[in-house]
Amino acid sequence: MIYFKYLRMVVKSMLQYRANLVLLTIGQLLSVAGYFAGIALLFARFGSLDGWSFGEVALCFGVVTAAWSLTECFARGFDVFQSTVRRGEFDRVLLRPRGTILQILGGNFEFTRLAKLLWAFAVLGVGVTQSGVEWSALRGLTLALMVLSGFLIFSGVFILGASVCFWTVEGLEFINIFTDGGRELAAYPLTIYTRWIRRFFTFILPFGCFNYLPLLYVTGRSANGLYALTPLFALAFLLPCLLMWRSGVRHYQSTGN
Amino acid sequence: MRSYLALFKMRFIAGLQYRAAAWAGIATQFFFGFLFLMIFRAFYRSSGMEPPMAWPQLASYVWLQQAFLAILMLWSQDNDLLLSVVNGDSAYELCRPYDLYAFWAFRLAATRLSAAALRFAPVLLVACLLPPEYRMALPPSLWAFALFLLSMALSLALVVALSMFVYILALVTLSSYGSRLAIGVTAELLMGAVVPIPLMPDWAQAIVNWFPFRYIMDLPFRLYSGHIAGAEAALQIGIQIAWVLGLAALGRLAFARTMRRIVIQGG
Repeated sequence: MIYFKYLRMVVKSMLQYRANLVLLTIGQLLSVAGYFAGIALLFARFGSLDGWSFGEVALCFGVVTAAWSLTECFARGFDVFQSTVRRGEFDRVLLRPRGTILQILGGNFEFTRLAKLLWAFAVLGVGVTQSGVEWSALRGLTLALMVLSGFLIFSGVFILGASVCFWTVEGLEFINIFTDGGRELAAYPLTIYTRWIRRFFTFILPFGCFNYLPLLYVTGRSANGLYALTPLFALAFLLPCLLMWRSGVRHYQSTGN
Repeated sequence: MRSYLALFKMRFIAGLQYRAAAWAGIATQFFFGFLFLMIFRAFYRSSGMEPPMAWPQLASYVWLQQAFLAILMLWSQDNDLLLSVVNGDSAYELCRPYDLYAFWAFRLAATRLSAAALRFAPVLLVACLLPPEYRMALPPSLWAFALFLLSMALSLALVVALSMFVYILALVTLSSYGSRLAIGVTAELLMGAVVPIPLMPDWAQAIVNWFPFRYIMDLPFRLYSGHIAGAEAALQIGIQIAWVLGLAALGRLAFARTMRRIVIQGG
């Protein structure tokens, strides 16, 4: 597969700067640890959150962080896409006889985010053991589906943000509200927010579909098996993102170089 | 002194040029302000105990934090200055006849002030007009407000004094990534930017008191809302002044020592 060839090349080139790699990795770890420490401190003081225990919120946070670090790892090319457009490098992508998405995905692979992924799995471990959930095969499967679905949805948002660059050339700063902001928001179960936020992050940006709704099933708050299937909604979200990308590519005018 | 003030003015005006970035920043800060308030509100709702901070005090705290982010955040540093240290351009500055430590300190202060000048007014204005459950409260008295202003000014000095260590380390190691991140994450947690300090459990509050970071944010914001007042306020401001003087003296010493054995890598 050509994608894995791409990956091997990127990893090899990153291994040339080992010290930098170590520092970046530690940095990635620290940045997530701070936020999780905040959650732990609040629980130490207040005990519970709208009937959700620390273990359950750790589950929620773990899923979001795992999905996010997977996205930063694999879809990083879309995150830094504005510089690709501004430097006119997208011309080169268009000249090659391969799909644009494959090339952007393969051109950039953030190795260092894997440390964050490990940390996310550690937090998930805390969640899995502390949340008091009685695990069954179906619930475990749902959890895996949640991480995968989160990865697809975050990637969709990255692709949307990158598509906008075709028209604006500049990246739009406010996209960060939906990526960084959405990630921090989804670290807690959506039920604690006011109604319009809940609706926005369920029906428009479906972050709730990969953690809050399926968590209702996983934690036994609802026996309705449909909640376990909500992560599949991610596929429906990805479609308009890809369409937007395609119409963006068609609209692309090189900045020249 | 005049040349320092001239530099201050120059950096300040340069900072005011980035208006589009400021608007995007304001939108982001509103989002995060709401987000934090909703999270804290949910915690308040679910616990039966006496809240450690009255709700309007907490709301003021969150909005002040968003409004003055540019002054308070240690992870954001002057990239141009760091670059000039790493690529050797700072050699020119060494030739100039002034006290470089003070010069850089003024530069950092001006950069932070101008970034904050563009952002704080719209954030605070709108925050005062929000529906009551999110609204920013006015300070209980003029006296509290005066103490807040004094403490905020000292807080800027404290942030600059702490930041100088990042540049001193960059002079030695030629890379600022590690030190910036370490100080940024530590400070954020210990100054009460992730969780306000009164909302932390007691053992964590005891730890936080040993570090200078809480005087950056926790102290001025709680003076504003009257959460710290009276003799306690005077004592705390005294400690804040002591940290500023102590860290500035230490920074100067470290700076002078570094300067004696600095190696310029061409340029």
